Amino acid sequence: MEYALILVSTILVNNFVLVKFLGLCPFMGVSRKVETATGMGLATTFVLTLSAVSSYVINEYLLTPLGLEYLRTIAFILVIAAVVQFTEMVVHKTSPLLYNVLGIFLPLITTNCAVLGVALLNVQEAHGFVESALYGFGAAIGFSIVLILFSAIRERIAAADVPVPFRGSAIAMITAGLMSLGFMGFSGLLRL
Amino acid sequence: MLNAILAITGLALAFGLILGYSAQRFRVEGDPIADQVNNLLPQTQCGQCSYAGCRPYAEAIAAGEADINRCPPGGEATVLALADLLGRDPKPLEVEEKEKAVAVIDEQTCIGCTLCIQACPVDAIVGAAKQMHTVVEPECTGCELCVEPCPVDCIAMVPLERGLQDWRWSQPAPSPIEQPRRARRKATEERRESA
Repeated sequence: MEYALILVSTILVNNFVLVKFLGLCPFMGVSRKVETATGMGLATTFVLTLSAVSSYVINEYLLTPLGLEYLRTIAFILVIAAVVQFTEMVVHKTSPLLYNVLGIFLPLITTNCAVLGVALLNVQEAHGFVESALYGFGAAIGFSIVLILFSAIRERIAAADVPVPFRGSAIAMITAGLMSLGFMGFSGLLRL
Repeated sequence: MLNAILAITGLALAFGLILGYSAQRFRVEGDPIADQVNNLLPQTQCGQCSYAGCRPYAEAIAAGEADINRCPPGGEATVLALADLLGRDPKPLEVEEKEKAVAVIDEQTCIGCTLCIQACPVDAIVGAAKQMHTVVEPECTGCELCVEPCPVDCIAMVPLERGLQDWRWSQPAPSPIEQPRRARRKATEERRESA
């Protein structure tokens, strides 16, 4: 039950993009097409889950026993960078077209603050192993859902007759704001 | 202090080893996108795209240097297939799509110099030195590469007659309903201004 609550909480109620405002760079950058957004969502899901798990392991079995909690941030950044590098290699091998389309945004997952945010929040909230993994996975699913929804909306906006002052990024920002308002509506659903 | 240095160094070393192994394991040979693009091109090696052949053009497309609408032998079908593969917007052919034509050698004038045989990228011309040459019509892609080298100008491009395979309805006149909203609105505004 508690695990299900974690998932609902991270996907809807405390959505990392629209409620906590983390990871906005790929949210705005890779949301032009649904296919690209789906690919980005998959890559980020992989990175987030893996880095949440491995940063939990490193924090629990390396940093805490040695009393090196003050090295947490740099150690997590190291973990995330390695996981992203690994993901980049896998994507390049398995789907060269996706690799081409994602371009610079693939290595930029490293600087996606949602990834570091999940790792640090896991420590802050004293999550266990399974909880950490679910927290990372839920955050990633929430990120992917929002990214795909947003890119679907943007595809329709591209074909719409937008007033001149709002064309391009302006209407995208407004749309993101409205989506965020919508997700705020979930906040009464449960508290964790 | 020493603990901290050792821990971070150890972590970095471990990740370095994992990444080094996976770099070997997931190594990408060649350029897979250029291969996929190359498979879609018609392989006439005619050079009408201004590249030396289909492979260099495919590499240029994969690198994002060339547009996808420069292959006249492939025609609209190739542009659409490439647009689908690469997720780009299909464009009309850069070179106006010519009526499909084949080269025909005027056999009375041919002196048997073999220059056109060397020029043909698809080996559609048969003949030998000092013998009359002729074009194998089904093989000819209409690339016009043989027209230039002929010293006696005996090669002409003859448009193919439309058969059952390539006959199409002629385009209908544009209907007012399918015009984009903006164009219609502009037309209304203009009408209002003039009134």
